[in-house]
Amino acid sequence: MTEDLNPDAVEVERYELFEGPAYRFEVSRRDFFKFAGGGLVILCLLDEAEAQDPARRGRQGGVQPQDIGAWLHIDEKGAVTVYTGKAEVGQNIRTSLAQVVAEELRISVNSIQMVMADTALTPFDAGTFGSRTTPSMSPQLRRAGAAAREALVDLAAAEWKVDRGTLQVADGKVTHAPTSRALGFGELTKGQKLAKAVGADAPLTPPAQWKVAGTSVLKANGRDIVTGRHKYTSDIRRPGMLFGKVLRPASYGATLVSVDTKAAEAAGVTVVHDGDFIGVAAATELAAARGLDAIKAEWKGSPQISHKELFESFKKSAAAGSGNPQGSIDEGLKAAEVTLKGTYTAAYVAHAPLEPRAAVAEWTDGKLTVWTGTQRPFGVRSELAKAFNIPEDRVRVIVPDTGSGYGGKHSGEAAIEAARLAKAAGKPVKLVWTREEEFTWAYFRPAGLIEVRSGVKKDGTLTAWDFHNYNSGGAAIKPLYEIPHQRSEFHGAKSPLRQGSYRGLAATANHFARETHMDELARAIQMDPLQFRLKNLKDARLRAVFEAAAEKFGWGKAAKAEGHGFGIAGGFDKGGYVATCAEVSVAKPGGKLRVVRAVTAFECGAVINPEHLKNQIEGAVLMGLGGALFEAIEFEAGKILNPRFSQYRVPRLGDVPVLETVLVDRKDLPSAGAGECPIVAIAPAIGNALFDATGERRRSLPLA
Amino acid sequence: MPESIEFRVNGARRSVETDPGRTLLSVLRDDLDLSGAKYGCGEGQCGACTVLVDGRPTRACLMPSGAVAGKEITTIEGLEKDGKLHPVQQAFLDLGALQCGYCTCGMILSAVALLNASPQPTDAEITQSMNGNICRCCAYPRIAAAVRLAAASKGGK
Repeated sequence: MTEDLNPDAVEVERYELFEGPAYRFEVSRRDFFKFAGGGLVILCLLDEAEAQDPARRGRQGGVQPQDIGAWLHIDEKGAVTVYTGKAEVGQNIRTSLAQVVAEELRISVNSIQMVMADTALTPFDAGTFGSRTTPSMSPQLRRAGAAAREALVDLAAAEWKVDRGTLQVADGKVTHAPTSRALGFGELTKGQKLAKAVGADAPLTPPAQWKVAGTSVLKANGRDIVTGRHKYTSDIRRPGMLFGKVLRPASYGATLVSVDTKAAEAAGVTVVHDGDFIGVAAATELAAARGLDAIKAEWKGSPQISHKELFESFKKSAAAGSGNPQGSIDEGLKAAEVTLKGTYTAAYVAHAPLEPRAAVAEWTDGKLTVWTGTQRPFGVRSELAKAFNIPEDRVRVIVPDTGSGYGGKHSGEAAIEAARLAKAAGKPVKLVWTREEEFTWAYFRPAGLIEVRSGVKKDGTLTAWDFHNYNSGGAAIKPLYEIPHQRSEFHGAKSPLRQGSYRGLAATANHFARETHMDELARAIQMDPLQFRLKNLKDARLRAVFEAAAEKFGWGKAAKAEGHGFGIAGGFDKGGYVATCAEVSVAKPGGKLRVVRAVTAFECGAVINPEHLKNQIEGAVLMGLGGALFEAIEFEAGKILNPRFSQYRVPRLGDVPVLETVLVDRKDLPSAGAGECPIVAIAPAIGNALFDATGERRRSLPLA
Repeated sequence: MPESIEFRVNGARRSVETDPGRTLLSVLRDDLDLSGAKYGCGEGQCGACTVLVDGRPTRACLMPSGAVAGKEITTIEGLEKDGKLHPVQQAFLDLGALQCGYCTCGMILSAVALLNASPQPTDAEITQSMNGNICRCCAYPRIAAAVRLAAASKGGK
């Protein structure tokens, strides 16, 4: 592992276990015209670094070339279609990616069709995670749009034998003003099959000159959603389609002792018992559910720990830490005038996407097509190919815009289950996980235990920082504060529950521990928590969001009502910088904690769509408020004790405080993703505000 | 045993032959191809399946289809008239009051029911009426703003 490896990619690797690419193929340009028809195709070539990005690993001999990130097609009628393997799960990349292409092609957003996340039509993509779409896919598509524009100008210049500098591109046409001639994009490409590959050097429109990008255009398919026309995976119907259900083990780690499927078979449902898999398919969901109920199975459980023993078990099973220490912790502690220790915990939380895992599977002539809501269409294609022992080119995975993911839909369980049932039934099968299944058999954000030792001088200078995260992960583990002697280590541990990616992943737990501990240090030396942070912070971008949030909030100026407290926290994750100030109220000592107000400042480079960005920030802050106040998975004896919305509380409208958002737009910096980072600061800001109100320090998530 | 159940959906008479124990949600989605109402929890906790039954917001995932015989049902598919969105739909679209959109149809129908009953709701009424609908993307500030905008543009009617 090299020094400069993207830390986010390391995090991805840890939980996704990608393998390296097996092959690299030559691009066959002819192939693109087979499905696209004539016109102009722009292929986005990845540079060597991008192609080697660990996030792109995991290909196992599919049909797409390895070194192409996306392609763009302008057909003979001038229609512009963009093909990308990224998936829309509510983060509004269908809109923001179209915006950057529209910007370069000088056309409206609505005249671009985005074909996304379809393994038969789009280039390979490792998946939609790690806030990578905006920093990696968006620049490729900008370059494709710019290259297409330049190619069209070349065609017009050749057609009219004029200098290309005299031509203008606007409204889907190239115009030569001196002779009042104009040709549409389609007319310029007519009768040709032009392919052009672009690398990293295509000329781009600088963000300061953006007219379409950088504006709040409406969600691309918003009208289909508000009218109910959009078909999510769970809405898809195929001719003759059956409904599937799967028999789940009685508890985690349970093994099947015996099973009797006779009653179900007698009821006329299709029953599949294949190894560990037992499932049914029937003409209606009710018939499938009844068929499943008729199966008698006996399970033998195995010992499983409960959430009460969790953090102790992490410590017991912990591996040695890894990280890059700096200086000597002992020396740093010796140099300190005040030293402090703290232990922090974060519970397992569930993604609970409102659309549970769902898939529709259909076999035709030995080929499998699966519609499913996943963030990794190509990964799920590999899973299917492996499960059914068929080559990847006989599997097509199509991802309709999906009912959210938050990192929770990287895997293809429902796809495999539906495909197995469809194979047995000889008909298409739809399988939609129940809420209880989604809460139990998906995976969770890793729980974590974090231990911190630190030292500080009375003037507020940090001297030592020793930070150990057990199990939850290494995302954003390293502080941006200037500390001469520091060590931040992640220790892998044995997780009793299946765990995986999540919005921000461990960045939330790491920021909670770090920013809570920073508040404790500030209190210990009686320094203002904001001043203490700024004193130890050189990073200009993080300073800027702290200052912006504090100013909007009125930090140090706003009057505090009886029983109210103020807290501040901030940090950096996946290319974004965030700071949140929170105001809480506690009715009486030991009374109910209420978040009254939260002000968040966020910076992710040049802003592509301000309203959609604000929507992401507000959503992340509120989702983070759930993890801060009440979300926690409870488990015992291999069972989830709260696998329902009536038992696992998520934020609702009534939980929403006054929310204010400050966008720090840096048109001089590359755009970074925004789906994850803004979740990390709200929990410590609330905890610190609670301390300010009551003098009580809480070091566990959830706080309440 | 299958029975014939008759009711009205979005103004049109519909008749289905089905087991009356099947939920209204399943009949709407699987028999009538009205897939705007979504499954989210199956216990009436999330509101993704909200439809109007005789004007009242109803969790279709808990409602047996046999129990809606003779009733008037409004689903999201019935709100747009002659290509014109209902003011609540328009407000959700204009304010971007959604992210993934899976909760949106249920949200909109809950809001329509609220505005029908109380055309100029207070913020407290909006919270009370919409608190049973989960938006896991947490687009709540915009959802509340969309309800207020629809009320201001004479929504609900």
